[in-house]
Amino acid sequence: MFDTDIYSVNVGPVHPSTHGGLHAEAIMNGEIIEDVIVHLGYVHRSVEKIAEGKTYQQYVPYTARLDYLATNLPVMGYCQTVEKLLGIEIPERAEYIRVIMAELSRIASHQIAVAATGIDLGATTGLMYAMRDRERIMDIFAMTGGQRLLSSYIRIGGVAADIPEGFIPAVNDIVNDIPKMMDEYNDLLTGNEIWGARMKGVGVLKAEDAIAYGVTGPNLRASGISYDLRKAEPYSIYDRFDFVVPTRNSGDSLARWQVRIEEIGESGRIIKQALDGMPEGEIKGKVPKNLKPEAGAEVYHHIESSKGELGYYIVSDGGAKPYRLHVRAPSFINLMVLPLISRGGVFQDIITNIATLDPILGESDR
Amino acid sequence: MTETDVKVLASELKSQYGDNLNINADRFFTKLLVDKVKLLDLMQLLHDKYGFNQLSNLTSVDYGEEFEMVYHLYSIPENIKICVKTRIPRNMPEADSLITIWPAADWQEREVYDLMGIRFNGHPNLIRVLLPDDFDGHPLRKDFVRKG
Repeated sequence: MFDTDIYSVNVGPVHPSTHGGLHAEAIMNGEIIEDVIVHLGYVHRSVEKIAEGKTYQQYVPYTARLDYLATNLPVMGYCQTVEKLLGIEIPERAEYIRVIMAELSRIASHQIAVAATGIDLGATTGLMYAMRDRERIMDIFAMTGGQRLLSSYIRIGGVAADIPEGFIPAVNDIVNDIPKMMDEYNDLLTGNEIWGARMKGVGVLKAEDAIAYGVTGPNLRASGISYDLRKAEPYSIYDRFDFVVPTRNSGDSLARWQVRIEEIGESGRIIKQALDGMPEGEIKGKVPKNLKPEAGAEVYHHIESSKGELGYYIVSDGGAKPYRLHVRAPSFINLMVLPLISRGGVFQDIITNIATLDPILGESDR
Repeated sequence: MTETDVKVLASELKSQYGDNLNINADRFFTKLLVDKVKLLDLMQLLHDKYGFNQLSNLTSVDYGEEFEMVYHLYSIPENIKICVKTRIPRNMPEADSLITIWPAADWQEREVYDLMGIRFNGHPNLIRVLLPDDFDGHPLRKDFVRKG
């Protein structure tokens, strides 16, 4: 037998598998992971402090940059929080457009998760397939908000403009192709033997740990807890749609991967129903020019983003700018279990675990 | 449990904690304002007896002379929510850590320490989480001067 010393290996911060500025320091005992120390903050922009110097309207584009892979979700969460604080009603048509944009964002985000997990585990074709499909959603975002990635199309009170011509057929085409896309990801990767070897039983997160650590989103549902804020506390008009919350019981990396692929399908179903049910009418409610919530008013509102529970806590002092704004970022809290699920595994498992926890650093570092 | 049960729960706790606890509800949350010496005790009770198994959100607000710690608790699968708050003086910014009840408090408390400068008693690894270790000051405090 060889004696092994405890040594550390850095994963990131500059490494393709870290999805943009995550630094995980693996404490290794030979080939076995003793512990993982996560160093955050490489993309810290102090977005909470910035909020204190911006009006409620001015802050909208900053929220798009929290989760830049699912940009409509954090914007929708923020706008809804402000609307809740001020009691602003938004028109039906805007609600439907928001749901369509939010679910398209969720699909795009999960496609990135599929793509990134693919490339991280050496399956470059997986990356190409998912990115190709995602590009069609980016085209929709460019159509509505004028830009692919960071469109602040959702605004306080509704959306910035009505949907353009060609929007509905284009979205319909995407939705109709979703089952085919899912089959392709599954045929290419899910059943693959090497894929299974890298994913099955790797990074197991038990249900009780998931809850205790505050893990939410697909990561929680892959541990057997059917908890989705769109069902548990339906916001917007989510109570009108028929969809299921996919879950798995094994809590391993494969389960997290499978839950995300199934969620793509469910989002497709929601979009289809929203397209069918969308009424004509206004796209923006009555919003005062100067937004000034009453002094001392505060609100905590959360939505189911593609990464989990995305919450905003806003305190007002009666002025035009938030007195305090806090973002409850799912990626930040989900990453907390990285050491827990990696301990006892082998080095390569860290890469799998980061990929299947699917953090977005813009949000975790804020 | 339903939202009405949350109100019953709040009044039960009020009779137990007396002057150390005040209830304040708005249209979104039932808020328990607890004295900081009773915080850990109350949180343990909410977790063990009332089933609030998820510490969803933990943050702080700077009110000048005092800081306010804000906790949003949820119960899965009961699907109920409650907000707990405690005030701590600026000249002694310390609160009890909740890490033994909910491990979710770990990084969230480190974040509050990092950005607001509140220390958590009983936290095993209270170091900065977002800013560099040699950073001077706590940016979310109202007296922090922004540059640039």
